[in-house]
Amino acid sequence: MKFWRKPLDSDQIELPHGRVHIIINRCKGCGFCIKYCPCQVLEFAEEFNRKGYHPPIAVKPEACVNCGLCEVMCPEFAIWVTEDGNRGQSDGDEEVTNESGR
Amino acid sequence: MKHTNSQADRQIADGKHHPLEPYLRMDRIPHIWCSTCGLGTCLNSFLTAVRNSAIPRENIAVVSGIGCTGRTAGYVNLDSFHTTHGRAIPFATGLKLANPELTVVVISGDGDLVAIGGNHFIHAARRNMDINIICVNNFNYAMTGGQFGPTTPETARTTTAPYGSFEHPFNLPFLADSCGATYVARWTALHVRHLTASIGEALERRGFSFIEVISPCPTVYARRNRLGTGLDLLQFYHDNSVIKNGIDTRECDIRFQEQLIIGKFVDEEKTTFHDTMTGYLKDAVGEKYVPYVGPMEMPGNGD
Ligand SMILES: Cc1ncc(C[n+]2csc(CCOP(=O)(O)OP(=O)(O)O)c2C)c(N)n1
Ligand code: SF4
Ligand code: SF4
Ligand code: SF4
Ligand SMILES: [Mg+2]
Repeated sequence: MKFWRKPLDSDQIELPHGRVHIIINRCKGCGFCIKYCPCQVLEFAEEFNRKGYHPPIAVKPEACVNCGLCEVMCPEFAIWVTEDGNRGQSDGDEEVTNESGR
Repeated sequence: MKHTNSQADRQIADGKHHPLEPYLRMDRIPHIWCSTCGLGTCLNSFLTAVRNSAIPRENIAVVSGIGCTGRTAGYVNLDSFHTTHGRAIPFATGLKLANPELTVVVISGDGDLVAIGGNHFIHAARRNMDINIICVNNFNYAMTGGQFGPTTPETARTTTAPYGSFEHPFNLPFLADSCGATYVARWTALHVRHLTASIGEALERRGFSFIEVISPCPTVYARRNRLGTGLDLLQFYHDNSVIKNGIDTRECDIRFQEQLIIGKFVDEEKTTFHDTMTGYLKDAVGEKYVPYVGPMEMPGNGD
């Protein structure tokens, strides 16, 4: 996370961390989550999903701050986050659910 | 302490199921709405507000009319009714009068609520009927192919206004306000945080609430006007919306692709239809008056 000015207590504050979940075949490729994620976690995937859209993939899963904006913006209920502890660093493994065609 | 609906659903907040799945009729998903349409986002905001609310979901009922927005009633896993075109408000009024315990929410389109249903709209607001209206304004009759209606901005093109609409459109917050609505707000499909909070606030309070949501219809409205996709329109809202809470609703007109004034404009207390009626009749009829409380309290019911 980048700050314009480093907060004085930044060493005491732990950033929340989220884990992104995407049901690839439910997505209609609108890009809302990708464009408005404040931490640029997501990008369009190269591949098409079963509906013929490019779903998002988490290219920087470690940067997710669990803000939940993608979750509430998604018109298809295809992306959401769960809490993944408070830490500056992540193990970087993103969870993508490929099954469930709906 | 009151529990929210989400506390009851905690078990499914996992990696396999979207947390709103219990609030959706999953057998009807995917919905029919086009890619980059704002309607799914509006539904998401509404269901998020329901999930965060302390009002038990069994007590929330959704009523829609006809149109793309009108499909909403068919997707929510709540008590819901998909009425005929324009008649969502009278149905909701009947529901509320018959069961005053219910929190009744009307989710419908601009055409449904203020064109064919305009008369019902003004009278429900005038009576301060205790119902909540969420009007998704996409500036046209989307479902039937994009005709112009009472919300189409002047000069905007539609299938039935190929040279641009020349009618004066409604300023919906002003209409609701001047008819007596006690809560009036306008957000866009981009302002999901404000929208969710506003819906939550409207659900909690009593009286006629009106929330207008400006939302992209890429397939018919935006295409006729060469405005791009829904994603482009969200960016337009981002660059051109100004939040002016409490502003005089007369100043909220919408002009084609100009600055959008959004915010919470009205939030005031006034006795509701039900309270006024009960109070008045108690005085007028005296001892003999038996106020109607709800179906469970009627003799022979609920046992
Ligand atoms: C009595 C009646 N008249 C006309 C129609 C045709 N009709 C269906 S939807 C619609 C307009 C819907 O517009 P709006 O409420 O703005 O919903 P949107 O599709 O834009 O979300 C009309 C005129 C109808 N179904 N019933
Ligand atoms: S929760 Fe917030 S930070 Fe994480 S991916 Fe979604 S929008 Fe980005
Ligand atoms: S917001 Fe939802 S539908 Fe749109 S691209 Fe992201 S996951 Fe897909
Ligand atoms: S026609 Fe317009 S309003 Fe209807 S689903 Fe498609 S984009 Fe949405
Ligand atoms: Mg419409």
